[in-house]
Amino acid sequence: MREAAVVSQPNPLQRIPGVAIVLVLLIALFGAIAPGFLSVANLSNVLVQSTILTMLALPMTLIIMTEGLDLSMGAVLTLTSLCVAIVSLATKSMLLGLAAGVLVGAAFGTVNGWLVAILGIPPFVATLGTLGMAQGLSLIVSDGQSVVGIPHSVRDIYSSTLLGVPVPIVMALVTYAAFHALLYHTRFGTYIFALGGNPEALRYAGLSPNRLLIAVYAIGGTMAGVAGLLMTARMNSGHPTAGLGLEFDAIAAVAVGGTSFERGNGWLLGTVLGVIAVGVLRNGLNLISLPSSVQVASVGVLVIVALFLDGIRSRA
Amino acid sequence: MTDITKEAISPSRSFLSQDAIQVFYRLLAALLICAVLAVLSDSFLSLGNILNVLRQASLTFFIASGLTLVVLTAGLDLSVGANVALSACLAGTVIHQTGSPVLGVLTALVAGGIVGLLNGVMVTALRIPSFIATYGMLWVLNGLTYWYMAGETIHGFPAGFRQIGSGYLFGLPIPVYLLLIFLAIGTVFAQRTIWGQEIYAIGANPVAARLSGIPVVRRLLLVYAVSGTMAGLASIIFLSRLNSAEADIGESLTLPAIAAVLIGGTSLFGGVGTVFGTFVGALILTLVLNGMNILSVSANWQPLVTGIIVILAVWLDMKARRRAQ
Repeated sequence: MREAAVVSQPNPLQRIPGVAIVLVLLIALFGAIAPGFLSVANLSNVLVQSTILTMLALPMTLIIMTEGLDLSMGAVLTLTSLCVAIVSLATKSMLLGLAAGVLVGAAFGTVNGWLVAILGIPPFVATLGTLGMAQGLSLIVSDGQSVVGIPHSVRDIYSSTLLGVPVPIVMALVTYAAFHALLYHTRFGTYIFALGGNPEALRYAGLSPNRLLIAVYAIGGTMAGVAGLLMTARMNSGHPTAGLGLEFDAIAAVAVGGTSFERGNGWLLGTVLGVIAVGVLRNGLNLISLPSSVQVASVGVLVIVALFLDGIRSRA
Repeated sequence: MTDITKEAISPSRSFLSQDAIQVFYRLLAALLICAVLAVLSDSFLSLGNILNVLRQASLTFFIASGLTLVVLTAGLDLSVGANVALSACLAGTVIHQTGSPVLGVLTALVAGGIVGLLNGVMVTALRIPSFIATYGMLWVLNGLTYWYMAGETIHGFPAGFRQIGSGYLFGLPIPVYLLLIFLAIGTVFAQRTIWGQEIYAIGANPVAARLSGIPVVRRLLLVYAVSGTMAGLASIIFLSRLNSAEADIGESLTLPAIAAVLIGGTSLFGGVGTVFGTFVGALILTLVLNGMNILSVSANWQPLVTGIIVILAVWLDMKARRRAQ
């Protein structure tokens, strides 16, 4: 199985059932019990709200494919969102804000990759440490307060449309296309499959697994920076707990989407379906007036069930 | 027992040599931090502040001591902070409803223990990697606690109950006595009982442990249940000290507990470390945070510093292991 993962992409047909069944069941369930769930307005709302998570879950898929994990993503998104808010407030420029967010995100991602690849620290502890650091920096730069009064150019990113399609969805589609091309149509993508499946083979092929690993984590941090712009635009402010727990939704989406935590193979489309499943779950519970706390708990249950099933499949 | 097991168990015999030296270095580090802080600030050496440090360290230690056993088996329990919050809120409700602190304490211990046992089931029966299973548990518990509390705060507990966390006996805070008791129990359990030795063996080499007849699944269940129960105990101390229960009290507790375990010299890779080391780790972390506090560094800096300390501690441990090899 490990060798197979290196040479061939996972067969999507084997996986479609898992995540598609979850999604169809959730949609059927909430269509039946949640008033207004199936309206066009609500469904497009689910999609728009899923865009931030898509931007975290796609790089998280790559990271998990390397048998890694990034627990710092939510906290880094919080920090980049604050950076976007602070810089765009100071310079009145959306682009400078975005640049600041992306730079800070990329820096954190690179540090994560460096800790994991060069120092060899287990990913969950390395990124738990950087989670604390990003959380601390968020409190320090914001002094625990919201950053308000950001320019319209930032806010409009979330609410405007391009050819009738909301801009966040356009951004998410572009991101997906880029990740799809990267993973399935470049040598870099092939190496990522190899990194999780058989890192020794990479070394024999004369490649440096370390640099690839750093790049994968750096991509994760960079995307947290882009998602930080969307978060700031959506909330029309920077808030020191904006991204709290988002990494967990991303992990949930990846796990539900059928990417294996043990075998080094991943499926990007499955991750997107997983993101939508998490979005539908949260939205549906919200419509039947269950508080966000119940949503958090049910996402937790979703992850545990998905991982349990993944474990069964990988042993089968 | 086979030779493999004896070898796997050897950390206990080396307690007086290798581990003792490691702990000694860490005690020196703690003293050094004390010396620096005493020079930098007049208020550090005041009796009030020292008792405060000890009480604070004991709170971190209660959570970290159970966690130490989990880490000794090469696992991790990220749910301890959320477990403290849920146990505290349940215990607070029971005390309010029944007026009985004893029932409240039992509730916290049982609730914490059940959560720990569930973690153990996920790790053993469902074979989910511990860090992700307990991370899932963290969010399940967070969700349950916020839902249960619905933004309310429970406060005002009987004076007798509040003594547990804020009372004094012969001039020392009561949590410090509890710290000494649990430090002794934990050390004896880990170093001097068969079960403790088996836990080291599982962490050092799970396959060898299983082949030599150690009931790995049952020991792992025990370890996670103990970690959960200690979180329940910690929740009682918090509850009685704060005199109130809120859904968010556990959020800032997990990272310091993990930091204490790792600073204390327990290896993330299992089989190496001591409960006493974790006590010293809790002391060092508390001294650093207390020092920042006395030097008027904003509390906003604490997560940043704790995060750096976690990474530093793991890195030093890995360097030491590479040297040893």
